[in-house]
Amino acid sequence: MLYRETGDFKSSYATDQQTFPIRSERYLFWGAMVIAFLVVPFFINDYWEKSVLVPLLVWSMAALGLNILTGYCGQVSLGTGGFMAVGAYACYKLMTAFPDLNIFFVVILSGGVTAFVGMLFGLPSLRIKGFYLAVATLAAQFFLVWLFNKVPWFYNYSASGQITAPERTIFGIAVTGASAPPWATYLFCLTLVFLFAWMARNLTRGTLGRSWMAIRDMDIAAEIIGVQPLKAKISAFAVSSFYIGVAGALYFSVWLGAVEPTEAFGINVSFLVLFMVIIGGLGSILGSFLGAAFLTLMPVLLKNVMVGGLGWPTDLAAHFEIMLVGGLIVFFLIVEPHGLAQLWRLVKEKLRLWPFPY
Amino acid sequence: MVLQARGHGVSPDFLNFIETVLNGLMSGVMYSLVALGFVLIFKASGIFNFAQGVMALFAALTLVGLQTGQVPFAHLINAILGTDIHHWGPGLPTVLAILVTMLVMIALAFLIEKVVLKHLVNQEPIILFMATIGLAYFLEGMGDLMWGADVKALDVGLPSGGSFWWEDVTRAWAPEGADYFGMYIDTLDVSAAIIAVVLVVALTLFSQYTATGRALRAVADDHQAALSVGISLRSIWVIVWSIAGFVALVAGIMWGAKSGVQFSLSLIALKALPVLILGGFTSIPGAIVGGLIIGVGEKLAEAYVGPIVGGAVENWFAYMVALAFLLFRPQGLYGEKIIERI
Amino acid sequence: MKLTKLAIVTAMAATVGTTSALADLVFPSLSYRTGPYAAGGIPFADGYADYFTLLNERDGGINGVQARVLECETAYNTQKGVECYESTKGEGSLVYQPLSTGITYQLIPKATADGIPVHSMGYGRTSAANGKVFSHVFNYPGTYWDAASIIVNHILEENGGDINGKKIALVYHNSAYGKEPIRTLEELSKKHGYELSLVPVDHPGQEQKSQWLQIRRDRPDYVLMWGWGVMNQVAVKEAANIRFPMENFIGVWWSGSENDVVPAGEGANGYKAVTFHGVGSDFPIFEDIQKHVVDKGKAAGAGDQIGTVLYNRGLYAAMLAAEAARAAQEIHNTKEITPAQMRDGMEALKIDSARLEELGLGGFGPEINVSCENHGGPGLGAIAQWNATDGTWSLINEFGPADREIIDPLIMEDSTAFAAENNIPERCS
Repeated sequence: MLYRETGDFKSSYATDQQTFPIRSERYLFWGAMVIAFLVVPFFINDYWEKSVLVPLLVWSMAALGLNILTGYCGQVSLGTGGFMAVGAYACYKLMTAFPDLNIFFVVILSGGVTAFVGMLFGLPSLRIKGFYLAVATLAAQFFLVWLFNKVPWFYNYSASGQITAPERTIFGIAVTGASAPPWATYLFCLTLVFLFAWMARNLTRGTLGRSWMAIRDMDIAAEIIGVQPLKAKISAFAVSSFYIGVAGALYFSVWLGAVEPTEAFGINVSFLVLFMVIIGGLGSILGSFLGAAFLTLMPVLLKNVMVGGLGWPTDLAAHFEIMLVGGLIVFFLIVEPHGLAQLWRLVKEKLRLWPFPY
Repeated sequence: MVLQARGHGVSPDFLNFIETVLNGLMSGVMYSLVALGFVLIFKASGIFNFAQGVMALFAALTLVGLQTGQVPFAHLINAILGTDIHHWGPGLPTVLAILVTMLVMIALAFLIEKVVLKHLVNQEPIILFMATIGLAYFLEGMGDLMWGADVKALDVGLPSGGSFWWEDVTRAWAPEGADYFGMYIDTLDVSAAIIAVVLVVALTLFSQYTATGRALRAVADDHQAALSVGISLRSIWVIVWSIAGFVALVAGIMWGAKSGVQFSLSLIALKALPVLILGGFTSIPGAIVGGLIIGVGEKLAEAYVGPIVGGAVENWFAYMVALAFLLFRPQGLYGEKIIERI
Repeated sequence: MKLTKLAIVTAMAATVGTTSALADLVFPSLSYRTGPYAAGGIPFADGYADYFTLLNERDGGINGVQARVLECETAYNTQKGVECYESTKGEGSLVYQPLSTGITYQLIPKATADGIPVHSMGYGRTSAANGKVFSHVFNYPGTYWDAASIIVNHILEENGGDINGKKIALVYHNSAYGKEPIRTLEELSKKHGYELSLVPVDHPGQEQKSQWLQIRRDRPDYVLMWGWGVMNQVAVKEAANIRFPMENFIGVWWSGSENDVVPAGEGANGYKAVTFHGVGSDFPIFEDIQKHVVDKGKAAGAGDQIGTVLYNRGLYAAMLAAEAARAAQEIHNTKEITPAQMRDGMEALKIDSARLEELGLGGFGPEINVSCENHGGPGLGAIAQWNATDGTWSLINEFGPADREIIDPLIMEDSTAFAAENNIPERCS
């Protein structure tokens, strides 16, 4: 009743090919966007910005990027932390070298730089597959972090080796730096994520996305039907790294404001993003968001309930929190091995029939 | 400085090189110990067990806890009941503690099969991998909750420290009057190497000459075929996870003796990754040879490349070595050649 | 997901609802009782909490106002640290002890914008010692650069003032923290003519064979260490393995706790570390803690850390915070101070030896005298040495000064560069 396809007739190619072809889905999506863009900014405060919403958006962006590579093109990558570092350092260098350049373009350019680096480290994927490929990307992870830590040019020769984001504005409103208002940083991240999620959705439905999926499902067969593995794999690495680079730039400039390579971009970041993609659902745009939400919001929620609500000692709460997150991961996998996005698909199936299942 | 001394001894530079290689081999053995656990599970069930490092930590924590007589969950009990208990006694003797720890690891393997793996039969590798990550999280919280997060000294009576004997022997190799102090080798590493050899021989004998071992190999070869000849996949999984638990315990003891038992012990898994990739996920000799190559490679890199670019290159260099090998053998040194059909 | 958010809202409402009614002095404690550095975080957090419990139980608070410690678990993770800061700052938090280099750098601009002081005691950004630039950041009683200089002074003292041509190696955690002393040591080597070699160790530092083989070949006269976490234990163990004379192996204050030396057993005997506060539990205050905190069952954590080096450090941090709160109460003539007033109190903090005696901490630390220009405190430190048989640390010299001639220009250089980059006008004139 609430959700249905019947009666939703298309009379032109344009309507048939739109991003959300089903009417109820479209309404739901635009409803959510209206809330996100027009309602949330009026209620957001520092806590929600810095601990919930901006992290959610940044990780969603990174998960989106990795999902393109791992979910759509089938190439496992554990270099996400390193690529985010490239984005962050590119952002820092551009911000300090061209103080007048608008931060929006700085972030986009950082993504471009990362895309280039990603292509470079994507080359071994032409020969190596599966878990073995993870090594090439792990090499990228360790090498890039080492590089940013070692070469003083990257951190402008500062005594501490940390990089700090100076204040930059859009339309006269600060979006980076300590005095940026919460709604501004939130809207800035939201706009970028919205834009690129939209692009990702359409990329994956187009020729490029189909060639990625062909490579993922069976590379030899794909080659026979005329998909060039070189082009498909390298483009997947480039697009994926672009997204991850943008995420890294936002992570550094908007969310944290100051980072140190070894701590902020360590191997655990790579793993975290991979977990998000798998839990959310491989090969699903919505899954990237759900996975990011699960792994960023769940710990915060559990902590607030156990420490804030129940008043437990913080260390016991932290131990239980990590056990619960682990337990929930296993639980979700047993219930639905194909990720949270698949759960959503099942809900839609049920909704189609609801309330008359027979 | 030593050219004129040729004939009376070996140049110290060359001896230093040998020393680096030797110590690299020793480090390699330590990496192999961790990698072995991964290989065992991957071979038998196709699962890349992310929790192997945490299992090593958990085993070592349990061992130390039993040795020193800690009360498990003491902090939790005290927080709930308001009591003040920490120890239940002077603790178990080492051998007994190791045996009890082994029982705990077997119980753990049993539980993992019962609660997790049973429900995930026939899933894709990446899903199983993810499940072991959930497991890793769980065990990590559990270990801390049970035994506390402080650094604990672990002593099972193995010798440690540089060997005097070897130092004296090698000093004589250098020319008279040369600026050379003999070669360094850690006796703990030597015991680790011996234990690793014993472990590999035992594992090989077990898998070649016992019925269970043959069943293990059958399962590793082909799940379906093994099932159809009446091998119980589930009991095999329990056995494999128990053996991996035992290997984790050995790795935990060796690494714990170096650094004390603490959270960071779980990070040794990172050291095993390049070894696995180099040696292949399915080969026990691969884990050993891979470990040795990585160990030597990274030590040589640190000693000879490090000074040029500013040091601390070991971590990424290990991956570069693995990568270089992979470009020529994409399935790892001893991995099974993947033949693809459409 | 909706459900998740709803639950967060309720949980947050619950937290906010229970707090604002009480009038008390809030001291947030961003502790890390889990994660890779938990062993170092637990005693510090216990000491920090126990001191305030003591004040509440024994004196009824600080000048009659109860102190409340707001603990938040960071696991030494920057992102969680930010979450902790944001969730506690609304409760009237007076001063933050970020307890991690990463979190400190995060909080420097944020807390300054929010008007809440940060006290990074013996860590964080060294050049924050320049109060002219960093209005809300304090790092008294000493900085890493002080520590480096104090160690070199100790070496000078042992060698009758001449270390020309000596070889000194620095083993350091290859991160911003570990690289802190390099510049200072380089400047000092120009002055004193020793030869400095750098030996980086990558995180986490479980495998240091290459580094110690190198040290064994080079035979440096002294080895300094800037390590943290598992790196410390492995380094001490490896040094013992290669039979490096332990009394020539000197760590910074984060490489000098019981945790670091216990796993190496007897081999660690004689290991030294610089410290800015007293060690052991031989001070009158510990009797009070036993009587008012432990015996009443109010000790923080498991209550088994009392008297360890890091516990004492937490205690010391709490004492400095409480004294600064007292100073603030005095300056502003009010009992319930705000973070801004707390900042003024910290800037006017004066603790002489008589006051330390009164607090039951006679000789526990050097005299402290913070001013608008100098947020770095006296920069005094002493050397502590580990005795493996007794399992105790003991101070082997008096609290001595660092080489200000070298350090002050370095601080000036770095802080003015920061001021220029961020357009910060100079204060205090």
